[in-house]
Amino acid sequence: MNFPWSRLLKPVVFLICLIPFAYLLTGVFTENLGANPVEYLARSTGDWSLRFLLIVLAVTPLRRITGWRFLIKLRRMLGLFAFFYVTVHLLVYAVLDLTLDWSFLLEDILERPYITIGFTAWVLLIPLAVTSTNRMMRWLGKRWKTLHKLVYLIGLLGVIHYWWLIKKDLQEPIIYATILFVLLAMRVNKKYFNSLSVLASKLP
Amino acid sequence: MLIKKPSDIKPSEITDQKHYKDRRKFIQAGLGLTGAAMVPGLWLPPAVQAAREKLAGVQKSQYSTKEKTTDYEDVTTYNNFYEFGTDKSDPAKYAHTLKTSPWTLTIEGEVAKPGKFHLEDIIKQSVLEERIYRFRCVEAWSMVIPWVGISLADIIKRFEPTSRAKFVEFTTLYDPKQMPGQKRRVLSWPYVEALRIDEAMNPLAIMAVGLYGEVLPNQSGAPMRLIVPWKYGFKNIKSIVKIRFTEKMPKTTWAAAGPREYGFYANVNPLVNHPRWSQARERVIGSGSIFTRRKKTIIYNGYGEQVAGLYSGMNLRKYF
Repeated sequence: MNFPWSRLLKPVVFLICLIPFAYLLTGVFTENLGANPVEYLARSTGDWSLRFLLIVLAVTPLRRITGWRFLIKLRRMLGLFAFFYVTVHLLVYAVLDLTLDWSFLLEDILERPYITIGFTAWVLLIPLAVTSTNRMMRWLGKRWKTLHKLVYLIGLLGVIHYWWLIKKDLQEPIIYATILFVLLAMRVNKKYFNSLSVLASKLP
Repeated sequence: MLIKKPSDIKPSEITDQKHYKDRRKFIQAGLGLTGAAMVPGLWLPPAVQAAREKLAGVQKSQYSTKEKTTDYEDVTTYNNFYEFGTDKSDPAKYAHTLKTSPWTLTIEGEVAKPGKFHLEDIIKQSVLEERIYRFRCVEAWSMVIPWVGISLADIIKRFEPTSRAKFVEFTTLYDPKQMPGQKRRVLSWPYVEALRIDEAMNPLAIMAVGLYGEVLPNQSGAPMRLIVPWKYGFKNIKSIVKIRFTEKMPKTTWAAAGPREYGFYANVNPLVNHPRWSQARERVIGSGSIFTRRKKTIIYNGYGEQVAGLYSGMNLRKYF
């Protein structure tokens, strides 16, 4: 299927992806983020980081099932938005919460496993963002695909990061973990999902 | 996202109970509409009056801090009370289902005078004091809260604990109909907390029944909750229905849920970190902007002068 307004597709999705950020920014300026705005920003940007990672991981399986080729055109942008939200999340934590106190930052990264893992996920995203240009893709050739398989690990680290920081109620991390599991399982079991897409293509 | 209530009535704007009850006399006295219009609270609908009822005869206390208190709005919309949900905005949204009157308090265990008591009878016998205390949550945020309460030691003495009473155990109401959060087993209900008896007898320990000079709102642990300001927030058990005196150390809810992370003592201590986060500093709620720095946490939440003696010679890393 071809998206009817294919020229509008990217700009529209771009603006949609910015809505959470704009919403938070409005909250900052109107001082409407509740009793603990720094925590609110950290939680919210963390949520959106995970959501974007899962959205970008959903692109390939979704395209395979639906046959919508236009989805692949969005993958790079969605991936870069995931990097954007993870970076904002890290900045909220390092700049606003730790007020750039390097000794605390270092202590957290070294001694608090959930922060070690979250930080690692951000570091691993950097080469993916850097190699997202057409030139880099051409230059890396086959190695590009291998490198970008890191996103599976990053998704996993993101979910573990969330899981380990929760005090007691694991309901939300379990939801993210389940979605991630399904998305990864669809890749392992391609045959099964390919047959699904064949089925889908036969639908009227 | 927190939605601010459209009209916040400051405690100072509310007609106090005495004047409210006398409102007919007031009008009959011939002052009529002119006089009534001069008293701002007089025309408020009764529901609002009931929701925020002023407490009479509250005395000041030498234990109060002079620090700036956290806004009523923040104290009552940002707190943990898992019985109404695990989000900090849940208690304010869902605690209205809790029925705080009538309320029975059961006294059990190693006491000469056990029994079941009407809460109002227990409160009646005591002096209500305003205690402006620092409050430090184990999640590393803090507030300054003007509680109204009664001395826990005063209450305990009335029931005459025996020599075998080494610990005091408190239990929260268990009723999933009133406390919908209890339908999910996030914690093992009912919530139980406990103190060593000498901790409970410390003059800082109070049973809070009010906040900002008014009756304690449901989401803050109405009708009666424990306040031990040198300990992390989770020790300050809410909506208490039972006090039991025991010889053995009781099993407390958070210590059982995460024995590596939450100890029986739970004294505020910047040197003993939570295994997953630092306790060295705290985010002061409602202070300044998003660029405001965290404040350094002080051992025993700054109440060392009154309570450090309780723990002399103890290894605070082991008994955290």
